[in-house]
Amino acid sequence: MSVPLSRSYGSDFLLTMATIAQNTSSLLYSLRQRGVALLPFTLALFIFLWYSLVWAGDLRAFILPTPDLVLSRFVEAAGDGSLLRHTMVTLSEVLGGLVLGVSVATLLGYLLAKSQTLERLLSPYIVASQSIPTVAIAPLLVIWFGPGLTSKVLICALIVFFPILINTIVGVRAVPADLHDLMRSLKATRWQTFWLLEVPAALPVFLGGLRIGATLAVIGAVVGEFVGADRGLGFLINVGRGEYDTALVFVAVFTLMFMAMGLYGLVVLLEWRLLGWQRRESQETINY
Amino acid sequence: MNHSPILSASQLSTTFQNSNGGLHVLDKISFEIGAQQFVCVLGPSGSGKSTLLRVLAGLLAPSQGEVKIKGQALTGPQNGVAMVFQNANLMPWRSVCQNIRLPLELDGVNAKDAAARSGELIELVGLGGFDDVLPQDLSGGMAQRVAIARALVQDPDLLLMDEPFGSLDAITRDQMGGELLKIWSVHNKTVVMVTHDINEAVYLADRVLVLSDRPAKIVLDLDIDVPRPRKEQVRYTPEFGEFARQLREAIGGREISI
Repeated sequence: MSVPLSRSYGSDFLLTMATIAQNTSSLLYSLRQRGVALLPFTLALFIFLWYSLVWAGDLRAFILPTPDLVLSRFVEAAGDGSLLRHTMVTLSEVLGGLVLGVSVATLLGYLLAKSQTLERLLSPYIVASQSIPTVAIAPLLVIWFGPGLTSKVLICALIVFFPILINTIVGVRAVPADLHDLMRSLKATRWQTFWLLEVPAALPVFLGGLRIGATLAVIGAVVGEFVGADRGLGFLINVGRGEYDTALVFVAVFTLMFMAMGLYGLVVLLEWRLLGWQRRESQETINY
Repeated sequence: MNHSPILSASQLSTTFQNSNGGLHVLDKISFEIGAQQFVCVLGPSGSGKSTLLRVLAGLLAPSQGEVKIKGQALTGPQNGVAMVFQNANLMPWRSVCQNIRLPLELDGVNAKDAAARSGELIELVGLGGFDDVLPQDLSGGMAQRVAIARALVQDPDLLLMDEPFGSLDAITRDQMGGELLKIWSVHNKTVVMVTHDINEAVYLADRVLVLSDRPAKIVLDLDIDVPRPRKEQVRYTPEFGEFARQLREAIGGREISI
């Protein structure tokens, strides 16, 4: 007989947030899955519409450059090495922020999931901290930590923190009580229970959070660079804007987009490798 | 058959705290079980059968009373006691043989021995060739066979089963009962099995303990003197029906008059 555990009401909000996040990401997948076969056509259509917009509106290059202008600006920026340099700066901010944010959030999430008391104590503060837009505290971080790498890494970490935290909590809480009983009846050590039960059982939800986090980290880096930086793709956008070099802005924007997509793809690849046992069950979400 | 007690429960009481004071589930339950006996615990649903089993498994400390296994007071889950859960309770990310091997892995048995022992058990429960299949691709009956193999791989002295066939359809349940008897005749473990199925209890058990409604007491302790090996046909004999009737009366199934 299972005895109903008293659930803390504080976690309801967190659960709702996570559900919304999950639903949004699974919606993205099904859209993407259906769109894949049509990709060449939609891409051609997109470029055609872009040209038509420029011609029909007789737009100047500093308002909306044509795709070929963006392409040649890309070749130029890639050729003199400046694009790669700025990309590497932003990428290291993003990766640093991911590593920091994910490790702190996972650790804290695990502790909160295991301790009702700790969760009741901390969750009001965590929710409150999330209602402050990261953009608003970015200037503070730049003031405190300077315009270098540190402040950007911190901003990325802050933005990544919440989805990872929530998904870790939800994932660890969702481990079936019966499997915990099984491990107890087999006299598993704490470490064995963690490694052989909690990690694999929580992994699907955790990786769902990582998908969201990976793309958010790119946003974090750009926000940081907008506030104060002398290098990076966000900085490049600012430069392009200041010099009416709109093609350069587009080059930076597309590079950021590919960076975010690449990171997202890496997480999907990770899921593919680690969650093979789920593949058939949830083909709809992973198969593409 | 050797009847030196392997399991003894004395004055077991369990009370769960809830909003209106406490839920008294078990009320001073005492019994002894001899080695290699097959005992079924029967009772109306919600009577605390599963709670009793969790206490015997050391997963739940009784509010009062004591459980002794081979003369040793129980303080928590113990070696030599294996549990089969209500649903198969397999790890969905592990294949059939990996699930069966889990107890050995936790004990640090080397991979070669573990593979040999789990291989034997896969054959015994009739799942040869399904080694690398994931639980999601198994039927309910097959999953429960894996769960039984996972319990037997520990080579336990005492096997605790919590309505192992409760979630299966009637036909599969009867089949699994037969299979269980076959396995039991090979391994001869002491078995305590919780069930709400009277016919299953008579067919399988040497002895049936009937629990009352909450708070549960033992209202009948009945020896089932039906010779073994028991064939499927034994279900249709008058003596079988007589045991079933006695158990039905003890449970106090509400009379329905038309």
